[in-house]
Amino acid sequence: MTPQQPKSILAALRRGLNRLWSFFRKGPLDDDLNEEMAAHIDLATEEKMRSGLSRVEARRQAMIQFGGIMQAKENQRATRGIPSLDILVQDLTYSWRTLRRDTSFTMIAVIILAIGIGANISVFSVVNTILFRPLPFRDPDQLVRMGPITGNKGGMSTATYSSDAYEVFASKTKTLRDVMGYFAFSDRDNVRLNRGGTPLPVSMIMVTGNFFKALGVEPSLGRLFTAEESQKNARPVTLLSYPFWQRQFGADPNIIGRAISFGNTPVTVVGVLPENFDFGAVFEPGAKIDLFTPVNMDEIREEGNTLALFGRLQPNATLQQAQGEVNLLFPDLPGSLKHPEWKPGYTAGVQTLKDYVSGKLRRSLIVVWIAVGLILLIVCVNLSNLLLARAATRRKEFALRSALGAGRGRIIRQLLTESIVLSFTGAILGLGLAYVTTYYLAHKGSVALPLLGSIRVDGTALVWTLLITMATALVFGLIPAFRTTGKNLQEDLKDTGQGVSEGRSHDFLRSFLVISEVSLACVLLVGAGLLLRSFLQVMDVDLGFSPSQAAAIKVDYNDGNNADKKVAIFQEMQRRIEALPGVESAGISDNLPLDRNRSWDISAKGVQYPRGLLQATFVYIVSPGYLHSIGMRLAAGRDFTWADGPKDEKVVIINQTVARKLWPGQNPIGRIASAGGDDARVIGVIDDVQTDTIEGESGWQMYMPLSQQGNDGAQLVVRTKLPPAALASSVMTTLRSMNPAQPATEFRPLQRLVDRAVSPRRFFVLLVAFFAVLGVVLASLGIYGVISYSVTQRTKEIGIRMALGATAERVQFDVISRTLRLAFIGIVVGTVFSFITSRLIASLLFGTRPTDPITFVGMVVLLGSMALFAGYIPARRASRIEPMDALRLN
Amino acid sequence: MGEQKAEPKLDILQGTLDLMVLQTLSVMGSQHGYGIARRIEQVSDDTILLNQGTIYAALVRLQHRGWIAAEWGISENNRKAKFYSITRAGKKQLLKDAAYWQRLSEVMGRVLTMDESGGTQ
Repeated sequence: MTPQQPKSILAALRRGLNRLWSFFRKGPLDDDLNEEMAAHIDLATEEKMRSGLSRVEARRQAMIQFGGIMQAKENQRATRGIPSLDILVQDLTYSWRTLRRDTSFTMIAVIILAIGIGANISVFSVVNTILFRPLPFRDPDQLVRMGPITGNKGGMSTATYSSDAYEVFASKTKTLRDVMGYFAFSDRDNVRLNRGGTPLPVSMIMVTGNFFKALGVEPSLGRLFTAEESQKNARPVTLLSYPFWQRQFGADPNIIGRAISFGNTPVTVVGVLPENFDFGAVFEPGAKIDLFTPVNMDEIREEGNTLALFGRLQPNATLQQAQGEVNLLFPDLPGSLKHPEWKPGYTAGVQTLKDYVSGKLRRSLIVVWIAVGLILLIVCVNLSNLLLARAATRRKEFALRSALGAGRGRIIRQLLTESIVLSFTGAILGLGLAYVTTYYLAHKGSVALPLLGSIRVDGTALVWTLLITMATALVFGLIPAFRTTGKNLQEDLKDTGQGVSEGRSHDFLRSFLVISEVSLACVLLVGAGLLLRSFLQVMDVDLGFSPSQAAAIKVDYNDGNNADKKVAIFQEMQRRIEALPGVESAGISDNLPLDRNRSWDISAKGVQYPRGLLQATFVYIVSPGYLHSIGMRLAAGRDFTWADGPKDEKVVIINQTVARKLWPGQNPIGRIASAGGDDARVIGVIDDVQTDTIEGESGWQMYMPLSQQGNDGAQLVVRTKLPPAALASSVMTTLRSMNPAQPATEFRPLQRLVDRAVSPRRFFVLLVAFFAVLGVVLASLGIYGVISYSVTQRTKEIGIRMALGATAERVQFDVISRTLRLAFIGIVVGTVFSFITSRLIASLLFGTRPTDPITFVGMVVLLGSMALFAGYIPARRASRIEPMDALRLN
Repeated sequence: MGEQKAEPKLDILQGTLDLMVLQTLSVMGSQHGYGIARRIEQVSDDTILLNQGTIYAALVRLQHRGWIAAEWGISENNRKAKFYSITRAGKKQLLKDAAYWQRLSEVMGRVLTMDESGGTQ
């Protein structure tokens, strides 16, 4: 219905430019307008005076006729400039001035916000990296992993495939474009690089020839492997990881084509992998891999299941189709089913690589994410309360602005602008905090979480920051803004006393906020308490071995020694180590519990077993004395001796579980078992050891003597009477004296294996516990704030009561009981919520029920005492009020 | 808002103030804000509810569209005041808008006076 339609784009453009121009010339234009309006009023006044009115009356009427001056000005400004921008700038400057005036309030608010928002950005960055961000490969959604998805009791051997199985599968699959994998049993520091001086232990992974191509990894230098290079008698080649190339070869661009030597084998460098390729981050959290060589299928053919398999879905194939195909092909894969009755130990599933990498962590991460969200909520509630208290003292100011023509909406907008300014200032500090914490996390290698190295605050995290910052500002700003402007502001102008008129509803709102804060802190505390209890339970698990006072060092005598000679060397080594002062005993094993593992099979000789009874059995090839050195307990029979030679009867030691399953109710000692394909006499039974995980079942285990099985020699375990570190140098010196080329580097306390196994759990417990503590502190501050404020408000009232004979104790008691009342309601509400929420984390708990009474009681005691403490300070202040001083107020 | 009369004053319809200002300037030549406001009130026999202050938003709007021009001058009481005059573009716009309003009010008149037969009384 507007008659003035813009004639053309040009006209609209001109108006826009005019507005923009005006926006920047605000000062002069405002002066113009003021002068114009003054002239207007003068002219009107004079005209009215001519009709006989007094100057005063004439002016009054002129003003009435003009209407609200402020409104007219606002109106004109809004028309002439860019209205929203204009008001925003105005509000921002005003907010800035207001906040600067109240420095202590602003600082407290900004710090609380920075912690809350910073913690949220950090956690989001972790969640985003591990759960949301695609894996750093080409078309990562197409990548899948093959292997058991749940309930894998047989360790790594049941999660890997033989080279035969790989070849059959790779040639028959129709749903996968590429089947690839890597040799999963490569040990850390498994090869020695000869570059003059002591050989350098480096970690190498053997991968299928198509591995990098299938992942879509492009070399940053040189080329990838060719098909011929993974075949028999191929020229040995290697690809270097980017950091290794930088570290060891000074980023030498001429490295391609050069030969480096491992032991006595020269290996040609064909390429350098890109900087962003981190094998460990995706496939083996915590591992740093230096170089890669093509796996030779023929060489590993006799070693059983050794390949971790992955694939890339055909563009039109689904995960379900791939799973169907695997189910169909699996029984035919050679090697995977030597004995049909073993099937339960060897299941095959297909899952996306992303699920394989981060699926197990999803729940923990989401719990932490929720926890940190609760922290932000508590922060908001806290600030809401602070702002309410502050608003009460600013009501005169609002009343004045309202009288000058500012509408309620305008004042609410002003208050929200203040919240936003606070929130953004907090967010900027919080971002700094998040940058520091994520950098620390990314460079802290001790947590075995996937993708940890690539955690950083990225663009998505910035968008998230913006979102939560705005949301935060609204959440903590809205209630005070509406509350403050809700009453008749004009009334406040007449109000003389400060805050006396603050009504019950205002008080109620503040109490309500504190109660919700306490309830939120309850939920956090219960969650953290349950996780902490679980963690302690895990730490309390009987490992079956005793890591304290023991340490392990990797030894390697592979070079050109035959089996008999190696045994002799190991025996001599063990003898010399045991002779060192402070050493109680020593022993050798190919693997350590909670470290690498592999499984063979065991059954009682000549017995036919029903399907599903037998289970893949962890096998350890050990020297005499090893079982004692690592602190395992022999329940029956004897340990191995050096006399159990290669030509003697084969012997085996089994764990309690195997004994119970294969010879139920009988004494297994002296029985003949079929173990790893050979007959062996059972000579001992050992207590179960947590082999794969601390939390899971210990599984079937057997131990075989190094002197009969031949051992490449891996870990020398030393039990000491001294702290393990004190022995490090004498052990290393001894090892080097026997073999100068021995890369005896790290003498690591066995406790480190346990630490690594629990590190993800420890990581999450620490995070949640940190947030819970933060929550309790914030909630206590909230209680303190409210009680303290109410004491200030009621100074006069308390003074009167004391003048009338109330004792200091009585006053103190009143204040404290009010505090405890608030805390009590909060705790009751929080307990109810905690009962509901603790169920959600049930699957993360270990040896702890979601309703664990100790946790709940502990939470009540802790929060109660914090509340008591928070209330005590203002209570003391109240009891010290001098009646006469209080009455003299106002 | 002054004394309440028996007849409530007329609220200004959206957009009509601009047209009134243009017409006033077209008839009276160069004028300051107060003059324009007074003139409109007088012509309407004081039946229009005009907060005089609102005229300044209209003046800016018209200026931005290029329909009026402004110039500082001296008022009859010897004060500095801003004088507005209609531009050629403004005159053209006035003709168009005035015609539009004429037609609209005719139509409104007819619609509001129609009888049952559909014709006008």
